[in-house]
Amino acid sequence: MSLLDVTDAAQIYTTRRGLFGRPVKVRAVDGISFSVQPGRTLGVVGESGCGKSTTGRMALGLERPSEGSVTFEGAAMPVPRSAEWRDMRAKMQLVFQDPLGAMDRRLTIAQQIEEPLVIHRIGNAAERKERVAALLVDVGLRPDHAARHPHELSGGQRQRAVLARALATNPKLLVCDEPVSALDVSIQAQVVNMLTDLQVARGIAMVFISHDLKVVRQVSHEVAVMYLGRIVEQGDPEALFADPAHPYTRALVSAIPVPGPRRIPRIVLTGDPPNPADRPSGCAFHTRCPVAIARCKAEVPALRHFDDGRKIACHLADAQTKVAE
Amino acid sequence: MAEPLVRIRGLDVKFNGLPALRGIDLDIGKGEAVGLVGESGCGKSVTWLAALGLLPKKAAVSGSVTLDGAELLGAAPAVLDDVRGGRVAMIFQDPATALNPVQTVGRQVCEALTLHRGMDDAAARAETRRLFEMVGIPNPAQRIDVYPHEMSGGQNQRVMIAMALAGQPELLVADEPTTALDATIQAQILDLLRRLQAETGMALVLISHDLGVVADMCSRVCVMYAGRIVEQAPSEELFARPAHPYTQGLLGALPDMVGPRRRLSAIPGGVPEPWNLPPGCAFAPRCERADGACAVMPPFQALGRDHDAACVHLNEAVAA
Repeated sequence: MSLLDVTDAAQIYTTRRGLFGRPVKVRAVDGISFSVQPGRTLGVVGESGCGKSTTGRMALGLERPSEGSVTFEGAAMPVPRSAEWRDMRAKMQLVFQDPLGAMDRRLTIAQQIEEPLVIHRIGNAAERKERVAALLVDVGLRPDHAARHPHELSGGQRQRAVLARALATNPKLLVCDEPVSALDVSIQAQVVNMLTDLQVARGIAMVFISHDLKVVRQVSHEVAVMYLGRIVEQGDPEALFADPAHPYTRALVSAIPVPGPRRIPRIVLTGDPPNPADRPSGCAFHTRCPVAIARCKAEVPALRHFDDGRKIACHLADAQTKVAE
Repeated sequence: MAEPLVRIRGLDVKFNGLPALRGIDLDIGKGEAVGLVGESGCGKSVTWLAALGLLPKKAAVSGSVTLDGAELLGAAPAVLDDVRGGRVAMIFQDPATALNPVQTVGRQVCEALTLHRGMDDAAARAETRRLFEMVGIPNPAQRIDVYPHEMSGGQNQRVMIAMALAGQPELLVADEPTTALDATIQAQILDLLRRLQAETGMALVLISHDLGVVADMCSRVCVMYAGRIVEQAPSEELFARPAHPYTQGLLGALPDMVGPRRRLSAIPGGVPEPWNLPPGCAFAPRCERADGACAVMPPFQALGRDHDAACVHLNEAVAA
């Protein structure tokens, strides 16, 4: 059984254009489905405004989808801020990009890590102290870090502390929203290795949201590529990045600057991603797609299953898989 | 090598007595594209802020920076005003904060033209339109009169580049120009910089934490660590045969895009704080080859044509 099931979920926000403008409905996430198994990682990639963070918030039950459903361990998400919802928080945790913003600057590292245990009434004072010490070791911090304040740690150490706090209640699901994007390359590798080790040791399921395709490929068991609120391609990370099928995925992969010779010729897309409040007709990508045909403008492509286990939302996907063979 | 455009010798910067740069020697040839890579705080940005006299007063700068043979350090403000934004232009990571939010983008570019090329309003406006076209801003005639918040991050960075080009620079210093941008927009901006460099023949210094970006754009790369250059080589050579243990560590810490996934070889520990620099090689505490010999400052050793690295264990490093 899946730990997390998201089915046809959509999130609709209402915004105004200007002070007196008419309210406009924006479909930030527009009907996405995926499931995450215990101990597995789903990577979610896409550019700013594609709905990847909203997806993470829906997965955690921080926002109720406007349409569709999210279930955790087979049961529907409780209403936000209810007592059941609060109890759920112990089972699922969120890790953000900016660890300093996620911490209370006046509390010591040990107090911050202990806080979720106090909130969820886990253990007595002595047990909690022991647990905090064990968590510090798990994330690779030294015992003397416990008494420090967030500003006395480096960026990498702070992200480790945030992770220790997230792990305090033994969650089954971790949603990581750009967890290593603010870190330097050498520190990033340390934290990525630690995340994968902790996942193996504890069997945690993860939703890993990032714009960095290299890191997502490294940590994920499955990858979903999002464009303007929809999943356009989903599948095994090695296959998907080695042979991207959707024209958007191909452009993304070809745009990654890599040291050494380039495998795929670079595709430079023209223009900016469209505004979600002003979604193009048909396939939302047709305005920037180098291979779009007339049908793409008129008809929304469905996310279809292919033989290699991949799902692709493109009218031209059949022709392309043939070309690939 | 012919007389370089910019020659930096023994550049030292201290903030409140703490070292930020420790003896930078660097030449930038005319029309050359050089990459500076390294992690936060390694001094890659400070090098250029110091060279152009843009650091606050509390910074103690010593050494020598010459542009076409003329000394820039300690030069008169009038001389520097002519250099900054004129012969040497700089663009930064976040275009949204570098642009003035209450002036139209066109006016900000016009200002640079009036200042550096003495144009009147009409001529500056026409030239701005030409520059906007050159950097690929759609509908340049209309976009001149919009404010920065009405444009996307990628378009704002194009405005910054247009402003940098206004002074017809001989050198463009781009400090993390695409770090704040999305992947597909990053590809557009890098393409633009490459094209402009070819068209105008200006030299380019690209400061980045992203080894991939630098490999893609530059013919020569300098790797910096804790205020020093630790290795420099032609791009292809550096990525094919990295010699310094730090360069090797950086490349090993990058996840691959092809082939089977492997555990990342993370460099242990963190960058030393400026008040806690070890004597000798600053990388020694994180380096698996470090021994007693690393307690003295390692000199540069030549490894081949234009390839040098500052490490006393280079021979073992190359063999490994």
